[in-house]
Amino acid sequence: MKRLLDVLREDCALTGTKEGCGEGECGACTVLIDGQAVNSCLVPFAQVAGSSVTTIEGLTGAEALQSAFIREGGAQCGICTPGMILAAVALPKDADLQDIRRGLAGNICRCTGYEGIYRSLRAAAIPARAAD
Amino acid sequence: MKTFTLLPVRSLLEGGRESAKPGSILKAGGVDLLDRMKEGLETPDRVVSIAHVPGHDGIEVGPPARIGALATLARLDSHAELRRVYPALADAAGGAATPQIRNMATLGGNLAQRPRCWYFRQAEFDCTKKGGAQCFALNGENRFHAIFDTDVCCCIHPSATAVALLAYAARVDTVGTRGKRSISIEDFFVAPREDPTRENQLAAGEVIEAVVLPAPAPGSRSVYKKLKEKESFDWPLVETAVSVSVSRGTIQDARVVLGSVSPVPRRARGAEKILAGARPSAELIARAAEAAVAGATPLSQNAHKVRLARVMVERALREILA
Repeated sequence: MKRLLDVLREDCALTGTKEGCGEGECGACTVLIDGQAVNSCLVPFAQVAGSSVTTIEGLTGAEALQSAFIREGGAQCGICTPGMILAAVALPKDADLQDIRRGLAGNICRCTGYEGIYRSLRAAAIPARAAD
Repeated sequence: MKTFTLLPVRSLLEGGRESAKPGSILKAGGVDLLDRMKEGLETPDRVVSIAHVPGHDGIEVGPPARIGALATLARLDSHAELRRVYPALADAAGGAATPQIRNMATLGGNLAQRPRCWYFRQAEFDCTKKGGAQCFALNGENRFHAIFDTDVCCCIHPSATAVALLAYAARVDTVGTRGKRSISIEDFFVAPREDPTRENQLAAGEVIEAVVLPAPAPGSRSVYKKLKEKESFDWPLVETAVSVSVSRGTIQDARVVLGSVSPVPRRARGAEKILAGARPSAELIARAAEAAVAGATPLSQNAHKVRLARVMVERALREILA
């Protein structure tokens, strides 16, 4: 049985989607299926027939967020970053820190301690803060 | 993992019929099932997927409310009208797992998922839940296990929405090869003493179609509370859902439910009796909370859960009777 994650990485060579835990806990394999963030390690490949799948490679319109990750130190080793960004695009623009924490509850980072990630999201959402 | 055929079906009835055939298993969101297949606990030849059956993901708040079994936990969480009328259900759904999993996991699947006991989840342990002779958690690692009804299998039921649905006296509507039926949520679950190898009374070929919640009584309030080790994305240590209706300063009716304390979600009837007909007071709430945990039989590592459960009931009652 191939998971969506396996097909993306091995057959499509789209290695931006990472495998962490392989059981839906870490969020490194997050992709969008029909616009909704899901764990691609929990999706049998055949199930996405007829659906639209967006990986980090195909994400558009999130350039400000991606730049903020670079500028604010939101990425360190980078394994969790694609999943973080795909989970973050579902958040409302006016998300406060509590919304951000809740929205990223399914994405684990073991480098930055999350502060850089939260800073990146808030900087991307609030242009005035990004200029600080 | 063993190779299988994924069979998407066009109706729940077809799903029931196909999944009743030998070597077949039903899948909705598939979150729990895929995990069990990876552990080798399930080795189906065919996975019958109802994930894309149309027309069963609706949320009609009514009241009475009718929620299709394929509605995702994310939709229950974000549905403003549902949250207004049945806040405990919205909070139970929104507090479960992660955003990614809530986008996939369905209400029906949440009710029908299997327990997360670490002995049950490992194929090497032939425990009572797998039809074996002993419950390894009884004398093993049991700090997250049950504190009530621990004699046969001391796992805890993993469904948060079930705890809220019990507080709302919901019914589970099913469809299957033997026709349709509507089961009280209380009768839906099967305790280990009756049959440790199952958690609910769904028959072969029977599929959850919807959950129906009666209209809340006038003046009623409800709340769901969950205590966990981590601030986010964690299973509950204990959880509670409480629904009370108050008229002219007197509690008319109360339903107090405890989750993560027993193999099936548990109504704290002792607490309910103390509350019904009484006038709210701090002393009453303390007595009801004490009664909610009376008769607990904690295991070697989880006596603290008795106190946690009492405190959670007390907090929930304080919040809605304030």
